[in-house]
This record gives sequence, structure tokens and C-alpha cells, in this order.
Amino acid sequence: MKLWNFHGGLRLDGHKQDSTQLPPRTAALPARLVYPLPQRGGVLAQAQVAIGERVLKNQVIARDPLDQQPPLHAASSGFVVAIEALPLPHPSGLSDLCLVIETDGADEALACSGVEDFRQHPPAALRRLIHEAGIVGLGGAAFPTARKIAPGSRPIDTLILNGAECEPYITCDDSLLRHHAAAVLAGGAILRHILGAGRVWLAVENERTEALAALRSAQAGGTGDIEIVPVPTLYPTGGEKQLIQVLTGREVPNHGLPADIGVACLNVGTAAAVYRAVVHGQPLIERIVTVTGRGVREPRNFLARIGTPIADLIGQAGGYTEAAERLILGGPMMGHALPRDDLPLVKAANCLLIAGRGEFLAETRALPCIRCGACAEVCPIHLLPQQLYWYSRSGQLERAADHQLSACIECGCCDVACPSRIPLVQHFRAAKGLAAAKQREREHADHARQRHEARAARKAEEQRERAAAAQRRKANLDKAAAVKEALARAKQKRATKAPTPSPEPHPADSEASEP
Amino acid sequence: MRFATPPSPYLAPARHTPRIMAEVSLALVPGLAALVVQFGPGVLIQCLVALVAALLAEAAALRLRGRPSAATLWDGSAALTAVLLAVSLPPLAPVWVAGFGAVFAILVGKQLYGGLGHNPFNPAMVGYAVLLVSFPKPMTAWLAPLDLSAAPLGFAETWNAIFQRELPEGLGFDALTLATPLDSLKNPSASAAIPSVGAGWAWVNSGFLLGGLWLLGRKLIDWRIPVGFLGALSACALMAFLWDAAHPPTPLFHLFGGATMLGAFFIATDPVTAATTPKGRWIHGAGCGALVFAIRAYGGYPDGVAFAVLLMNLAAPTLDHYTRPRVYGT
Repeated sequence: MKLWNFHGGLRLDGHKQDSTQLPPRTAALPARLVYPLPQRGGVLAQAQVAIGERVLKNQVIARDPLDQQPPLHAASSGFVVAIEALPLPHPSGLSDLCLVIETDGADEALACSGVEDFRQHPPAALRRLIHEAGIVGLGGAAFPTARKIAPGSRPIDTLILNGAECEPYITCDDSLLRHHAAAVLAGGAILRHILGAGRVWLAVENERTEALAALRSAQAGGTGDIEIVPVPTLYPTGGEKQLIQVLTGREVPNHGLPADIGVACLNVGTAAAVYRAVVHGQPLIERIVTVTGRGVREPRNFLARIGTPIADLIGQAGGYTEAAERLILGGPMMGHALPRDDLPLVKAANCLLIAGRGEFLAETRALPCIRCGACAEVCPIHLLPQQLYWYSRSGQLERAADHQLSACIECGCCDVACPSRIPLVQHFRAAKGLAAAKQREREHADHARQRHEARAARKAEEQRERAAAAQRRKANLDKAAAVKEALARAKQKRATKAPTPSPEPHPADSEASEP
Repeated sequence: MRFATPPSPYLAPARHTPRIMAEVSLALVPGLAALVVQFGPGVLIQCLVALVAALLAEAAALRLRGRPSAATLWDGSAALTAVLLAVSLPPLAPVWVAGFGAVFAILVGKQLYGGLGHNPFNPAMVGYAVLLVSFPKPMTAWLAPLDLSAAPLGFAETWNAIFQRELPEGLGFDALTLATPLDSLKNPSASAAIPSVGAGWAWVNSGFLLGGLWLLGRKLIDWRIPVGFLGALSACALMAFLWDAAHPPTPLFHLFGGATMLGAFFIATDPVTAATTPKGRWIHGAGCGALVFAIRAYGGYPDGVAFAVLLMNLAAPTLDHYTRPRVYGT
């Protein structure tokens, strides 16, 4: 199969063996499961259960009132002990409402059943099922899967299953493919049915030989029709836009979606979750997560329940080494550092990277940019990061926008290429945030202006109405007066005709004009 | 446990700016060695003078601007500027020439604009240009290459010549110096001597070419600039040569004469002052090459590298603006 290239990219030391030496393990049932209620996009899910209530495994415990985000399910049976503000797995250390379940060890589950033959079911029904199963993208962005596979402006001709796990250290998809290849392929078949996609490609980095072998042998078992494509091991091949470009040669339009070019791209973990939801009726209550880095004794992959405290997982990986110095959620390129480990595992968490001292860059002072252009050479979006840096730092947001700041995918290639160690991505995030704030401000101002104009228009209209009413009233009044006059005239005529004397001539009589 | 939360990415960059400066300086060694072999130890003394002057000027400027000085002073950029200027100077130029040039380069060419990364013009060439237009006489008095020189000077004699303007008995500066081969282009009567006079310079240029190729191999400079530079210079020289073949110089003479290789690999490629986009770098390099030819063939100065680079520095922001690559998805 012909593959295309994207511009730039980096060859990075993958460190994938670190966490694949030991076999994956199912994490132990924790004493507490914690579910943050804030969902993607600032939505706060509403608890569906009360404090003190017993919940069963697979039971819906919280739901987005607008139903934009899929519901949350309990990962084991137990009692709801609190709905309170707890720290979220976010670098800011912010707290927000979380639902806490104390597990009872029984692991008693709600019975769930899947569909017999998904081909007999219309795509809309399957999408609903996937939504109700709480499935979001497991690649890290946690976008609701049902929305991603909803019909769009044009039909989907290509479905891409993304197994190109390009960030160093992360092996959760690799582990999934090695041990559950059939589930991924079956999920791919279901997704293809829902999307009506003509072709399905499953992309895996060519260095993941065990995963490729597992996929091929699973395919020999008869879930054909999905083409397994080894792709170059080059960061960030696993980025959605880059992978689409590598496989199809097509570019997702700036500010557009893959659906705009007839492509849907889903993580392999998501496909496996879809399979389990559709065929077995299982909601998304667990995921594979990599626990790795020099700061942990036994790096490995875990199949862990969503809601498990991070510290529990690290404990099951042998605990911290003396060198442990940083806790990163995600990989070293796009992950973010967490301030503490008493935080719950969320659906989007693919990797806990516990960095040891000296494993990563210590915070150093940046040197001046010498415009060497190394950043532009590695930028997969073909941006000019040094120009963007210049504009973002000096607050020239419009020029930064003109240089397509918004197209930056924050992959971090430029940072790692920069010999002056300038934290470029950090500057770009800040500038994007500033631009978004400005945009909101502008929108607010626009709204205010529109409101003001609407009010002014309404006032003017009311005034006009009032004036018109007054006119009408006046006209009516005039008409009434004319009628009265006419009557009076007629009366007078009759009076002059009749011998009966009139008391006095009507004073208006002489001035009366025809109406 | 509690952890620090610096922003991603966390991987250490492969290169560091001070190291890049050091590697570029290292790449100057073959050319510098050829200069010393051909023109004697004066070259090294000029380097020493320029280095001391540049570092003092940099330290003073950083202090006046209230900037942290230690890291910046030793990031290698001032030293590199000093060496690039020194190798452009006549080896027996009086001490104040190199001193003044280096101080001017650092203060006016670099620090007045805000220091490393902010200067629009190549500081070494700013220093060179101000010396050339202000003091044309000492700036154009080059030593004859060693194999043409009657009495090569030793280190002590060279030192005295540079610092005291004293020469051994019976020797005058006029006897030691010679117009450069490029100079003799302006003077048709001397043109017969060109091939032999060019010989020493060919070694120097080969030295800088060697260092430049190493830089290319290490990907420390963008290949488009030297290729554009040498390509445009060769094309212009070839056209002129074909037009009037009876009159040297040949394209080869242009490529291996004067500061061609130094300019193509070390001066025009200065990232701070060159264009940064791929297409912009092509135009930048080619513009330098064409201007070098124009100045050598028609201008009033013997060599055109400094002015060619400075003129293209002027154009770099505009080039960058009009040669932006197409962004993904637009």
C-alpha cells in the first residue's frame, strides 16, 4: 500500500520495552472509586444516585443533563459515600465535584446483554447503544465516540483504526493489540457497519512487531476485510491529522474535521470498547493504562477500572523508586504533569509516566532564539514556530493568527528541536488561550451591541407604534367630530325647515368644512 | 506524594545553542589553518585581539543593559563573531583595526539591537564594513601568500608589526603587502598574475569549504544557502566568462578566490540574520552569490561578500514574509 509523508516529525527513543517486559495485569479492585463529574467541554454530569445508595457494577451513576457527553458507570458494586469537591487529574490541581464509591468487594454486576447480530441493527440504534455504554475516544482526547461516528455532511469512505501509538513510553494500545487483537478487529467491523465506510485500515507503527503479528493471526481467524498497515515509526504519526495524511495523502481542512474529507479515525482501544459494548453490552468501566518510567519499580500495563486512584496503580507497579520526581499523565511529548497522586484514573488516561531524576529535561532558562529554523523543519503542520513565538510573546495575536497559530497541534516537536530550549508550545498554548479570550470578549461585545441595537430598534418601533396609534386616535376623534357636526347640521336644517324656532345658530356652523 | 508540574514536552532538546556556536567555531579550523600556513601567524594574533575586544565589549554591554552576563558571555556567539571578523582582516593590520572592528560589531551590530537573536545584520560583517569604509588603506593591504613572499615573518616579528608597527631592518610594509587577487581584477595590467596569485587563496577557500561541508553533514546549517550562494555566483561568473572568455577570471577563480567559501558557509548562513523559510533561504543564498559577483565585477570594493550579505540581511524579513510555506490543511 502506498504511504505518504508528512512534513517534519521526530525520531524519538520510544522506551516501549520499559513497560512491555512484564505481562499486562488486571489491577486489583480498589477500596474507593472516584468519578469526577466535570466532563469534556465544561459540562457537569449530574449524579443519578444518592449518597448512601448501593450501586452495582455497570450501573449508570452520572449523566450529562444535555446528553452531549455519554454517561458514567460504576466500575464495581459498593456504596456511594460522597459527592464532594476533590482534586481533579489536572496540572492546575483544581478541585471539583466528584462522586465517590466505597467498593464492597462483591463486584456484583447489573446483568447486561449485547445485540445478537449487529448487522441486523440500524446504525442509529447502535450509536445510541455506544453512547449509553459511556464510550469516549481512548486515545487521550476523550471525544464522545457516538458523536464522532454520527452522520455528517458527506459519507465516510475510509475508516482508520489508529494503533500508531507514537508517543514514547506509552504501550497501552500495543498491549491491547498483542492480547486483544480480535476484539479490536471486531470493533472495527461494527464501526464500519455504522459508518458505511468502504474500506478500513488499521495502522500500527512498523516497530510494533508483536502487535502486528497478533493482528495477523487474529485476522487469520476470519475477521478479514480490515487492512493492517504498518506505518513508519516517526513522531507524531499517531496524530489524527498526520495518520490520515500518511494513509490517504489527504489533509483535513484547517478548522475542519476528518469527516469533511470522508474519513473517520478512531483509536484501537475505542474500537475494542465498541465491540464489548455492542456484542456483550458492557459499558466502558475499565481501560488499559501504562504505568512506566524510571520512577516506578515494575513498569507494566494494567487493565484498570476507571475511577481507580492513581496511587493504587503505582503501588501495584511496585511503588516509587527513590529517583521518582515527576508524575506525568500521558507521554513525555503531549502529556501533562500532575501535582499529586491521590487522583482518579479517568477514561482519557492512557499512561502514567513516573519520571526519575535526570530522565527528562530539568527546567532550564531559555536562551535567545537564534532563528535557526530547526523548529520549522520538524513542524508536522508546516508552521514557522519561531515567527509564532515572536508574535505570541509580543502579543501580536493577529499576526500570530495570520501565521495559523490555531493550526498548531501542540505536538511539542519544535520544543524538542529548539537548541535555545525555548518552551515554544507553552507560549503557543498561552497565545491560543489569549486569542480565545479575546474572541469571547469580542463575541460578548457583539452580543451586547446586538442587544443594544435590538433594544433601540424595539424602542423606535414602539415609539412609531405609539405615534401611529395617536394618529389613529386623532383621526378617529376627527371622524367622530365630523359626524357630530354633520348631525348638528342636519338638525339645524330640520330646525330651519320646521316652524319650531331654534335657540341659537351652531357656532361651528359657519366654520364647518367638509370632512 | 507531591510533584512539580512543568509544562510538556519533557524530552531534552538534542542540541544546545552554545554547543552549536562551538561546533561552528570548530568548523572554522581548517580554513584558519590554511590562512596561517599561507599568511603567517598574523591571522592568529588578529583572532586573539578580536576575541579579547569582543568579549570585553559584550561584557560591558551586558552590564550596562543589566543582563545576566555569565551565560550570555560564554554562549560562544561573541567569540564566533570575533573570529569571523578576524579571518577577514589583513594579517598585519594594526591592532586597533581588529579591536575597533570587534567592538563596533558587538556594540552596534549586536547589543544595540537587543543582543543575540535580535540583530538584523551579521555583526561580523557590520564590523568589517565599517572598517573597510572608514580605513580603506590598512584594510586592503594584504600580505602576499607565503610562497610568493620574499621574507616570511616569524611570530615575534608579526607581533611587533601588529602592535608596534615595527618591521625588521630593511623591510617596509609596502614590500610585504600585495593587492589581493580580486583587487587586481580592477587593475587589468596585473591580470596576468592572477592564476599564480590566486593559488594561496584557493587553499584558504578549500579549508573553509571543508569546514562548511562538515557543518552541512552535522546539519548545523541549511544546505540551501551555500548551494544558492555558490550556484548563483557560478552562474553569473560563467555567463560573464562565456561572454568574454579572453578575460579572466574563470568561474573557478570566483569560487576559490576572496571570501567566497567563508561567505557561503559561515557568513550568509548566520541563522539570526538570514531568511528562515526554505524558499526564502534559496533566494537569500542566491541573492548573496549574485551580489558578490556584481560587486566584484562592477563595484568599487575588491571583495563583495560583506556587502552582499549585509544587503541580503536587509531583505530577509521581506523574504520571510513572502515565502511562507503552505500550512497543513489550508
